[in-house]
Amino acid sequence: MPVEVYRVDDRLIHGQVVVGWAQPLEISFLVLVDDGVAGSDWEQDLYRMGVPPGMVVHFVDVATAAQSIPAWHGERRKSLVLTGDIDTMRRLCAATPVVRAVNLGGVHHAPGRRQRLRYVFLSADEEQVLREMASTGVVVTAQDVPASRPIALDQLLAGTDLS
Amino acid sequence: MVAAHGELAAGLVSGVEAITGRGAHFIAFSNRGLAPADIERAIRETVEGANLDVVFTDLPMGSCAIAARKVQRLRPQLLVVTGVNLATLLDFSMADGVPPREAAERAVARGHEALGTIGTPKHAG
Repeated sequence: MPVEVYRVDDRLIHGQVVVGWAQPLEISFLVLVDDGVAGSDWEQDLYRMGVPPGMVVHFVDVATAAQSIPAWHGERRKSLVLTGDIDTMRRLCAATPVVRAVNLGGVHHAPGRRQRLRYVFLSADEEQVLREMASTGVVVTAQDVPASRPIALDQLLAGTDLS
Repeated sequence: MVAAHGELAAGLVSGVEAITGRGAHFIAFSNRGLAPADIERAIRETVEGANLDVVFTDLPMGSCAIAARKVQRLRPQLLVVTGVNLATLLDFSMADGVPPREAAERAVARGHEALGTIGTPKHAG
């Protein structure tokens, strides 16, 4: 079964992911692709606490994720693949052609970033990375929760009609 | 400190103030629009600045609770409470002379007791 969502969210595993997305989409297989968390037992324990019973969660680095994505697409369970930042998603997309759509779900304020949405702030470098991802055929949209309207990358970067 | 989503923390603290006049016992914090690192920094600075022993948060896996737990790792004496409700804060605010951690444990019990359902059972005989 294809991976339902490839999401960028700097809050990693939290309520919006495990409740907002996983419940309505019946996702029971969650993968956090993060080199730091993959190497930290303590952080894995912390984030595992937020995973409801019946949901399987894997913590992997980018290289492992790239190797494992074909197997994830063969899973009977619906899955969601999560990264904490745009660069990690870029590396994942570069490592495998399987990723065809990316959801920007939470990229919050940091120095050098400009606000594009209530939940999306981007630096010039990040905007360029997203444009390059889109130029390879990856559909990039911003959408915090399933009930909200997805916003296309062009519209996001143009900064118009984002109500 | 009460750290929560949206305006929840401010609302809870205003509830404490309305009922007991002790809203000033708490510092309300919203995670709205903040990156995880900013939330963690704000909680850490508040805890250290006011020398706090307890942080109340809402969802156990919300970004406030996660940030508070990261602060707790560096400050093990800090107690992080999750699932905060008004009954919890009211009890804590009234615990004069009780050590904060003990007061928080008792307040959590009161918060649990306050959560329930009221109504006629659907299949009552």
